[in-house]
Amino acid sequence: MAVARINVPKTAQRGEIVEIRTLISHVMETGYRRDYLGKPLPRDIITGFTCTYNGAEICRAVFHPAISANPYLAFPLRVTDSGTVQFTWTGDNGFSQTESAAITVV
Amino acid sequence: MKRKSRRQFLAAAGGLALAAAVPSTVTAQLNRTPPNNMPQVIARLVGSAKVNQGRVKLGLPPLVENGHLVPLTVSVESPMTEADYVKAIHVFTDKNPLPEVISFYLGPRSGGATFSTRVRLADSEDVVAIAQMSDGSFWSERVHVIVTTAACLEEL
Repeated sequence: MAVARINVPKTAQRGEIVEIRTLISHVMETGYRRDYLGKPLPRDIITGFTCTYNGAEICRAVFHPAISANPYLAFPLRVTDSGTVQFTWTGDNGFSQTESAAITVV
Repeated sequence: MKRKSRRQFLAAAGGLALAAAVPSTVTAQLNRTPPNNMPQVIARLVGSAKVNQGRVKLGLPPLVENGHLVPLTVSVESPMTEADYVKAIHVFTDKNPLPEVISFYLGPRSGGATFSTRVRLADSEDVVAIAQMSDGSFWSERVHVIVTTAACLEEL
């Protein structure tokens, strides 16, 4: 399991736009590098990211090897109801990880 | 000591030449990466539509010290309502081994048409952000970035 850090405010006003920040530990090996013997290092990256809010998709991203190691992604979310925000990362070699955070409308 | 015959000498020299040829095949493999084809990739994405300048703000430092970790922010002017929203934001570069960097898909539920991430830049190059609107139009901004330490060049 990779370490994933997500930053979602615990409470928000209805209709408020909050910033969500996510970071997951991953080497993001590009597939263009070689080891000291000249052997190519196979590509190993996170290719997909999805954010859902109470089951509905908010946004989705496709990553390419040009995304830095430990991919960071920040984006805004309009808070409509209390509920859970779920994040899923998928990638090469069957990589898949899901994290979630609760948000409460006050 | 027995002196080597001409035949033995030539065989040894041939072996040496073969050994010298090995590293050159390694460099040939290193350079095997196909060239960056950003214009074709953008043309495939956009199709016959026109790419307009404006509405997209591409935030990148003008001078990058470390190409491995370059903060990148893209924001697009859009009301983000059901009728008018940004469908996708694509980022491309013209000198990385691959032109594609990230594709970010969003919709009216998003709080705004913006995102931030960190990217790798292999050279001093142009970075292009293209936003695809719900009405089918495309808007873009192109920024030139100077990179002092490039990503992708080091060996382990």
